[in-house]
Amino acid sequence: MNKPVESPFAAGAADAKARWEREYRESMVTERATENVSGIPVHPLYGPDDWSAYGQADPLGFPGQPDYTRGIYATMHRGRTWTQRQLIGLGTPADYNERLLGIMDRGATAVSLIPCNSVYRGYDMDSVEPELLGTCGVVVNNADHMDRCLEGVDLNRISCALNDPSPFTLLAFMLVTAEGRGVDWKNVTGTSNQSDYLSHHVANHMFYRLSLPGARRVLLDHIAFCNEKVPRWNPMSVVGQHMQQAGATPAEAMAFTLATAVQNAEDCIARGMEPDQFLPRFTFFFDISLSFFEEVAKFRAGRRIWARLARERLGAKKEAAWRFKFHAQTSGVDLTRQQPLNNIARVAVQAMAGIFGGLQSLHTDAYDEAFQVPSEAGARIAVATQNILREEAHLTDVIDPLGGSFYVEALTDAMEEKILAIMKTVEDAGGMYKAVESGLVQRMIGASALRLQHRVDSGEQTIVGVNAYRADDDAATRPAVERPDPAKMQAHLDAFSAWKARRSAAAVNAALDALSRAAEDPNANVFAAVVDGARAGLSNEEICARLRRDLGFGQPLAFV
Amino acid sequence: MTLEDAFRPRVLVTKIGLDGHDRGSRIVAAACRDAGMEVIYTPPWQTIAAVVKVALEEDVDVVGISSLATDHLIVPKLMNALREAGLGHMRVVVGGIVPDNEEALLLQSGVRQVFHPGGTMDEITARIRAYALEARQAGAHADQGSTP
Repeated sequence: MNKPVESPFAAGAADAKARWEREYRESMVTERATENVSGIPVHPLYGPDDWSAYGQADPLGFPGQPDYTRGIYATMHRGRTWTQRQLIGLGTPADYNERLLGIMDRGATAVSLIPCNSVYRGYDMDSVEPELLGTCGVVVNNADHMDRCLEGVDLNRISCALNDPSPFTLLAFMLVTAEGRGVDWKNVTGTSNQSDYLSHHVANHMFYRLSLPGARRVLLDHIAFCNEKVPRWNPMSVVGQHMQQAGATPAEAMAFTLATAVQNAEDCIARGMEPDQFLPRFTFFFDISLSFFEEVAKFRAGRRIWARLARERLGAKKEAAWRFKFHAQTSGVDLTRQQPLNNIARVAVQAMAGIFGGLQSLHTDAYDEAFQVPSEAGARIAVATQNILREEAHLTDVIDPLGGSFYVEALTDAMEEKILAIMKTVEDAGGMYKAVESGLVQRMIGASALRLQHRVDSGEQTIVGVNAYRADDDAATRPAVERPDPAKMQAHLDAFSAWKARRSAAAVNAALDALSRAAEDPNANVFAAVVDGARAGLSNEEICARLRRDLGFGQPLAFV
Repeated sequence: MTLEDAFRPRVLVTKIGLDGHDRGSRIVAAACRDAGMEVIYTPPWQTIAAVVKVALEEDVDVVGISSLATDHLIVPKLMNALREAGLGHMRVVVGGIVPDNEEALLLQSGVRQVFHPGGTMDEITARIRAYALEARQAGAHADQGSTP
């Protein structure tokens, strides 16, 4: 009489799967093909059949063990939180210093310095339109300015990330600052965040300074110099962020970044450097878009591809050389001007993807970065977001918590395959240097940017507040933008002009000649000469202009 | 056929100042081209003088300035330079990251419209086409006015 209810599990796995497929088909009103930004199909459900390594005794290995799918350290975020490195830069050195000390009081654990676009472009403040000074970064034109920026920061202890493209004048100014304070260069730590000249030539952005061959040489000089004299400094940050912001898909951005790292590493090896010495000082810098699972898989796949490349292709023997250390920044392109407070939610999701992807350092964008350099209030929320994810939501209690998810593992495998295929395209074009020189990479990224725009224009990709769920004008939620105080900037400019005039012309010319001699001598180290020049009182523009003259200032590729 | 139908707008898409983020300018330039316009595209980092020169030589109807990193702050200077060069009939549009309070300043200086992120390419190209027609008509009036 009391016949037990038939269990859906009793029928066996195959029947259960067939039943689910039938119910799914019958219940779905409209099924549409879905793929992620990188072009990988996304199925409604993943199971054991989708994960090739499923059932193996040890399908993923352990954190801290090659190939590091689960993270590059044994303890990951449970042992040590990531570095909270908020990008800041604005106004005069005094303005910057005030903001820096404030943000460090609130929990930031490292310095980052974003210079004014004029500095990136190799100009001093007296040769650009005054309206633009300090609007996107701090105006640092000489070693004294750097000293003022970093007042109250212990260079023996605090790691400094400088957004410092070739020829690395900001690091030169900082090393001179360290000398002046009696800080041994051996204690100086941090990263040359914009040392990847290839990414600057791919995504034009604001970095343009030296020709491709000139930048290639100065980078190698810079790596050799730092390895020897500033051993805790990371001279090479390979940047995928610019490329993804310029429109590359996550798979393309990872592939181009790894191809760039291989190019730079092989250039170092050709110069006689030892991979076991320089590779542990290679770091990576990525964008984290809103495509949550795709980003997690991108980082997991990239990490294990790099471990194999470092070991097998580049011949590194130490594990420290195989570890894929990366800083990541939440994607500014994903943020919207419309209903800007929504960006707080976007940034939180992006940050989660980066954390689950196993990052070492994180910058969360302020919600107002969609329309201005972050306000202080916006930057505070961005830092709080990281603290909330870690200490309230407990995202870091377990290492690689998404590991073993059928979907995440299948997607990690698929992203790996896609990344390797794109790397093969670059390899077939002669490697990353040649692929950038010919414009191949730029064309691929341009095509991807257009595809994404079409997806947004057609409504296939929802953007809340932009092409869906629009609200009435919400200008009230956008704070008024404040620009640097023109009077303070004028005083900074006047002091700089006076400083220039005070210098001995003979000493300036001698320092410039020494720079030229280094540029002309293939056996000299150009970056060592840049540091000497900074110490002798050369300004940013003087150094950049002389090296452009001597090492070339190629025109950017530009096409539609 | 009306003037509007036969008319092929000539549009300069460029960037002035210090920033080179060119994803937006490339996408808009491609959209204008695909919408049948004659597009003159330059690399980023143009000076104001260079933009005036190209606008004059190419006899464009619309100058499109893309600004992602505060370079819009010197657009009023560009407006003056265009007027001084006798190109006041050309319509200037700005696209990118422009805060509300600074948008007002740009419009006061004569900028025809500021496009913010989130506009579709169809919307943007339709506006540019309309402004090009305005410019062509204003230019024709100016020419007639100067004929003795």
